[in-house]
Amino acid sequence: MATMPILPNMPALDLIKSFKLKTKQQELLIRVSILCLVYILAFITRLFSVLRYESMIHEFDPYFNYRTTLYLTQNGFYDFWNWFDYESWYPLGRIVGGTLYPGLMVTAALIYRILHFLRFAVHIREVCVLTAPFFASNTTLVAYFFGKEIWDTGAGLVAAILIAICPGYISRSVAGSYDNEGVAIFALLFTFYLFVKAVNTGSLAWSLASAFGYFYMVSAWGGYVFIINLIPLYVLVLLITGRYSMRLYVAYNCMYVLGMLLAMQIRFVGFQHVQSGEHMAAMGVFFLLQVFYFLDWVKHMLSDTKLFQAFLRITVTCAVAVGAIALGLGMLSGYISPWTGRFYSLLDPTYAKDHIPIIASVSEHQPTAWSSFMFDFHILLFLFPAGLYFCFKRLSDATIFIVMYGLTSMYFAGVMVRLILVATPAVCLVSAIAVSATVKNLTVLLRSKNKGVQTGSTKGSSSSKASSKALLDQSQPFQKNGAIALLFGAFYLLSKYATHCTWVTSEAYSSPSIVLAARGAHGSRVIFDDYREAYFWLRQNTPPDAKVMSWWDYGYQITAMGNRTVIVDNNTWNNTHIATVGRAMSSYEDEAIEIMRSLDVDYVLVVFGGVTGYSSDDINKFLWMVRIGGGVFPVIKEPDYLVNGEYRVDKGAAPKMLNCLMYKLCYYRFGEMLTEYGKPPGYDRARGVEIGNKDIKLEHLEEAFTTSNWIVRIYKVKPPNNRW
Amino acid sequence: MESSRFYFFVFAIAILASPALSDLLLSKVDRRIYLTSHIVRISSTLKVENAGPEMVSEVLLAFPEQQAKNMAYLMATPHEGKGKVKNPVVALPVEVANPKDMPPALTFFSVSLPKGLAEGGSFTFDVLAVFTHALRPIPEQITQADIQLVLYQDSAYYLSPYAVKAQSLTVKLPDSRIESYTKLENTKIHGSEIKYGPYENLPAFSYSPIAVHFESNQPFAVAQELVREIEISHWGNVQITEHYKLIHGGAQSKGEFSRLDFQARPNVRGASAFRYLVANLPPRAHSVYYRDEIGNISTSHLRGDSKKTELLIEPRYPMFGGWRTAFTIGYGLPLQDFLYESEGKRFLNITYSSPMVELVIDTLIVKVVLPEGSSDISVAAPFHVEQWQETKISHLDIDGRPVIVLKKTNVVPEHNQYFQVYYRFNKLSMLREPLMLISGFFFFFVACIVYMRADISISKSSASYLAKHQWEEVQAVIQQVQNIISRCLAIHDKLEASLRDLYRTGDIQACKAARKAADSVLKELSRELKPLLTTLQSSPSAAQILPKVEELVAKERELQEKVMVKHSTVVDGYEKKSGARDIENRVALQQQKLTALRQEVDDLLEFIDEI
Repeated sequence: MATMPILPNMPALDLIKSFKLKTKQQELLIRVSILCLVYILAFITRLFSVLRYESMIHEFDPYFNYRTTLYLTQNGFYDFWNWFDYESWYPLGRIVGGTLYPGLMVTAALIYRILHFLRFAVHIREVCVLTAPFFASNTTLVAYFFGKEIWDTGAGLVAAILIAICPGYISRSVAGSYDNEGVAIFALLFTFYLFVKAVNTGSLAWSLASAFGYFYMVSAWGGYVFIINLIPLYVLVLLITGRYSMRLYVAYNCMYVLGMLLAMQIRFVGFQHVQSGEHMAAMGVFFLLQVFYFLDWVKHMLSDTKLFQAFLRITVTCAVAVGAIALGLGMLSGYISPWTGRFYSLLDPTYAKDHIPIIASVSEHQPTAWSSFMFDFHILLFLFPAGLYFCFKRLSDATIFIVMYGLTSMYFAGVMVRLILVATPAVCLVSAIAVSATVKNLTVLLRSKNKGVQTGSTKGSSSSKASSKALLDQSQPFQKNGAIALLFGAFYLLSKYATHCTWVTSEAYSSPSIVLAARGAHGSRVIFDDYREAYFWLRQNTPPDAKVMSWWDYGYQITAMGNRTVIVDNNTWNNTHIATVGRAMSSYEDEAIEIMRSLDVDYVLVVFGGVTGYSSDDINKFLWMVRIGGGVFPVIKEPDYLVNGEYRVDKGAAPKMLNCLMYKLCYYRFGEMLTEYGKPPGYDRARGVEIGNKDIKLEHLEEAFTTSNWIVRIYKVKPPNNRW
Repeated sequence: MESSRFYFFVFAIAILASPALSDLLLSKVDRRIYLTSHIVRISSTLKVENAGPEMVSEVLLAFPEQQAKNMAYLMATPHEGKGKVKNPVVALPVEVANPKDMPPALTFFSVSLPKGLAEGGSFTFDVLAVFTHALRPIPEQITQADIQLVLYQDSAYYLSPYAVKAQSLTVKLPDSRIESYTKLENTKIHGSEIKYGPYENLPAFSYSPIAVHFESNQPFAVAQELVREIEISHWGNVQITEHYKLIHGGAQSKGEFSRLDFQARPNVRGASAFRYLVANLPPRAHSVYYRDEIGNISTSHLRGDSKKTELLIEPRYPMFGGWRTAFTIGYGLPLQDFLYESEGKRFLNITYSSPMVELVIDTLIVKVVLPEGSSDISVAAPFHVEQWQETKISHLDIDGRPVIVLKKTNVVPEHNQYFQVYYRFNKLSMLREPLMLISGFFFFFVACIVYMRADISISKSSASYLAKHQWEEVQAVIQQVQNIISRCLAIHDKLEASLRDLYRTGDIQACKAARKAADSVLKELSRELKPLLTTLQSSPSAAQILPKVEELVAKERELQEKVMVKHSTVVDGYEKKSGARDIENRVALQQQKLTALRQEVDDLLEFIDEI
C-alpha cells in the first residue's frame, strides 16, 4: 500500500467526532428541522396579501364569518347559538345559530381566548385573518403523518412540502380568506389520517380520535358529506377485495356510530345522518358490516361449506330485501329526504344548469377547465398517475384508501372548480409517494454504485437481489449517469413547482377582491377602494334601520362593513326572495318601485364597472338575475333582454334591457361622462361599447352616493309623493 | 324668529340692568370678530380706567347666555404695544363670577388684574374668546350645487357692565361675498371686512344687535367625539391613537349627490364639502397610520421636516353637510421628546388636544396609559378637566396598566396646550415582560424534556409496553457493541499509523510498544464485549438483529487477526532488515483482504445503525 497522507490535526478531528451525531439522530434532526421549515413556509407564503395590502378579510363569505365571530367573542357562545339576525333577509331574518357551521368561528374565538389568556392583547380581526394560514401549517404536519402512515417518512416529508405550497390549497387559505374551507381541509385530512391509522392498528383509541376529527369536520364545513360517503365506499371496496379484518370492523363501527352521534350535536346538521339520502350509504355499509361479521361467525361455527353457502344466500337476500324495503318506506313516507340539488349537480354536472340557476350562477360552481387544473396542480398533475402506479404496486389498506380518495376527489374536482380544494391533499399525497419512491430508488442506485466503484467487487453482502445487481453492474456507467440525470430532472421539476406556486400565490390568490389594484400609467400602483368607500358611507350616512337592496353577492359585505339590513345575502337559502330582487332589478322602474316598497327598501346598491373596466359588475351578472327572477316569476322572460340571443347594452340592445331598473341605475348620467380619450361620452370600458340609452331619468329613485371610481352606486328610494 | 327673540331678550336686559357696577369704565374697546373659519374668535383690546376712589383688582366681562353657552375658550393677557419684543405672555387669571344685582341672562367672568388699579389708573389688556357652533347655516339645507350661507349674530356695541367711552368693531369674513348685514350708523364695508363704529360714550349694557349673513365654504369639521390614547412605553416610544367621530357641521345637504358633477366641477358642485383634513403632528412622528373600522384608508399624505410632520388625510368620501365619518389615526413619537424626570418622579409633557387644524371637538377624552407598575400618579392640566382612573390590559400585562382619563367638552385648537402626568416607575419593572416571555419558553422546553424522558405509560405490565422496554434495552446494548467495535477499529488505525511511522523512522521499538498497548486494549475490549453478547442472545426481541451483530463481531475478530498478522509481518521484515519492496510484496495480499474486510465491517455497522 502507498503511504497515506497523515492528518495533521488528529485531536481536533476527535473532538468533532465526539460531537458528531449518530446517523439516526442526524436523520431525526434533519426531519424535524425540515418539518419546522415547512411549517413556517406554509404560514408565510400565505401572507402576500397582508404585506401587499393590509390585514383584512377577503372576498364575500369571510365577511359573514368575521361578523359572526365578532358577535361570538362579544356576546358569548349561548347568545351566538341563539342569535336571530335581523340584519339579513329582511323581512324574514335568519336564525344564524341554526344555519351555519360554527366550527370556524368557535375555533377563531378559542384561539382569541387563549391568546388573551396568555396576555396577548390581539384584535379578533388579526386572529381571523391568520386562522387559515395557521391551519394550513397544521395541515402540513398532518400530511407528513399521513404520508408516513401510507408510505414512509420520506413520502411524508415530501407530502408536507408539496401541500404547503400547492396553489389548489393556497387559493382558499391565504391570510384573510377566513372561510370554512380554511379549517375544513385540515379537519378533513386529519379525520382521514386518524381513520387510516385506526384501520391500520385496529385500535379503539385511534378510531375514537377519528370520530372526534369527523365531529370537528362536521362542525366546520358542509364538505363533511364527502367523508361520510368516501369512508363507507372505502370499507365496501375493502370488503369486496377480501381485505375485511377485525381492525376494519372496529375502526368503522366506532367511527361511524360515535361520529354520527357527535355530528347530531351540530344544529345545522341535526338528524340528517339518519334522515337524509346523502348519508344513507354510510348507514347501509354499517349494517352490511354487521351482516358480514355475523356471517363470518356463522362460517366459523359451521364447518360444512354447503350448508354455509345456503345460509349465505338466504341471509344476503333477506338483508338486501330488508334494506331496500326500509329505504323505500323511508323515502315514500318522506322520513328520508331525497338528495339535494347540490348533491345531484355533483353527480350530474348538467343538472344545476337546467334546474337550479342559483347554483349555476356562482362562478366557483362551474366545471373545471383543464387550465385551472394545470394552474392549481402544476407537476402534481403528472406525478399523480405515477403515484397511483406506486400505490398499486405496493397495495395495502392505507394505499387503497389514498387511491380511492385521490380518484373520487379528482372526479369532483372536475365537476366543480371549488372542489379542487378537496382533491389537493390527495393529489399531494399520491404525488409525494411518486416523488419519494423515485428519488429513493435513484439514490439507492447511486450509492450502491459508488461503493461498488470503491471496493471493487463485493459479492452481495447484504443485497437481496443478486441478479438485478449483476445486471446493474454490467451497464454501470450508463445507469449511474442516467440516475444522476433523472435526479437532476426531478430536482428541476420540483424547483419549477416551487416557483410556479409562489408566482401563483403572489399573482392570483393574494388579492383581497374587495380592494382592487391596477397599474397606473407610470407603473405605480393604483388602488380602487370603492367597495369600502361605499360601505362606509352606508354605515355612516344612512339611518341605522335602513334596508339596502342589492344583488345577493354583496349582502354579507353590506351587513358586515356597512352595518345595514339587506334583503338578500350570500346565504342563498331562499330562492324566492332572491328571485324577487332579481325581478325588481329586471323590471321597469315603476314596476320595480312597487316591489321595492313592498320590501321596505330604502337604498338600492349596484356595482358598475363601466368607468374602470371592472368586469365582474352587475351588468355582467344581470342575465343571472333575469334567469333566477324568471325561474320564479314567469313575467320575466330572458329573451326580452336579448337580441337574437345576444346580450348587449349598446344601441342595438333590447328595449326592455335599455329601460330596466338595473340598466338605469348602472348607467344613470353615465351618458354625459367621458371615460376614455377619443371615445364618445358614455363609453362603457368594461364591455367596450357606447351605451344605448344616454338619457336616463329616474322617477322614484335618486342618486345618493357614487364612489370615486363609480364602482359602487347607491340610490335612495324617494318617499311616495303627496297625493295633494 | 330666533333673532327677534334675541332682540327682545337683549332689550329686557338693558331695561333691567342696574346702572353701573363699580366706578370702572372702559375708555377704549377694540373688538375684532374673526369669522374666517367655523370657529368664531373674538379678540378685544380693553382699556380700563378706575374713576372711583377704591382700589379695583378685578374686571368683569359679560357675555349673553347665548354666547356663553358656545364659549369654548377665554383668555385675557396684558396688552403689549406693537413693536415691542414679544415676551412670553402670562395669562391673567379668569374665573366665572356671579356678581349680585346682575341680570340673570348674562354670564360673567372676572379678570384679575396683575395689580390693583388706584384712582385714575388705567390698564390695557386683550381678551380672546373662542366660540364654537356660533355660525348658523341659513338655509339649513342646501343641495350639492348651492353655496353655504351662514349667519352670525352679535352686538355692535360692546356688552359690558361698565360704561364704554370709545369703541369700534371689525368683523372679518372669509371673503367678500356677503348676502346681507345689519347697517347701522358708521358702518363701513371694506372688502371682506365690515367695520362698525367708532361709537362713543355708551352707557353700560348697551346693546345693538347685528347679524351678518355671508358665504362660508370653510370646512365645518366637528369631531363629536375624540378619544385620544397616549400610551407610554419605556422602551422608547409614545404611541398615540386618536379615534375620531367626525361630522360636517354646516348646512345639511339634501337631494342628489352626483359624482359626475362633483368630479367635473368640484369647486362649484360641492363647494360646501370638504375633502381633506390637515394634522400637524409633532416632529419625528413615525409609524403613522390612518384607518377605520373596516380597514386601512389609502388616501393620505405625509410630509415631514425637522420642525413638524404634516399629515393630510382624506376621508373615504367628500364630506357634505351633515355627513359623518369615523376614523382612527395613530403614530409613534420618540419617548425622550416627551418624558422627563424631576425629583425622582417621571413626568410626561405632551399636548392635550388633537393635532388637526381648525377642528372643533365636542367631547374630548384623553387617556394616558402608563406602564404597568406605575404609582403615585398625578396630573397637572392648564384648564379644568374631568378626570378619573381606569386600567387597561395590554400585551403581557398581569394586572393591567393604570390609565388616567381626562375628559373635556367643547375643545378648540386653543386648548392644544401642554399638560403633565407625574408618576413613579421603577426601571426594573421594564424587564418584567421579557422575563415572563423567557420563563414561558423555558418552562415549555422543560415540559417537553420531561415529557420525552418520563415514562407515562399506564399499564406497565402490558405486552406491548414490555416489548418496547426490551427493545430499548436491546438498542442500548447494541449501541455499546457498536461503541466497542468502533474503538477496536480505532485501535487498528493506530496500529496502521505505527506501521507508517516505522516506514518513515524505522523505529522498531516504538512500533512494538504500540503493538503491546494495542494488544492489551483489544483484550480488554473483547472481555467487555462478551457479557453484552450474552445479554443479546438471551433477549427474545433481539432475535432479529442478533445474526447481524454476531456477524459483525466475527468479521471484526477476523479483521483484528489479519491486522495483527500484517503488523507482525512488517515488523519482522524490518527486524530482518528485508527490503521495503519485499515487505510490501508480502503484505500486499493481506492488505487487499484487510480493505475488503474493513469495508464489510463498515457496511455492517451502517446496517445496524439504520435499524
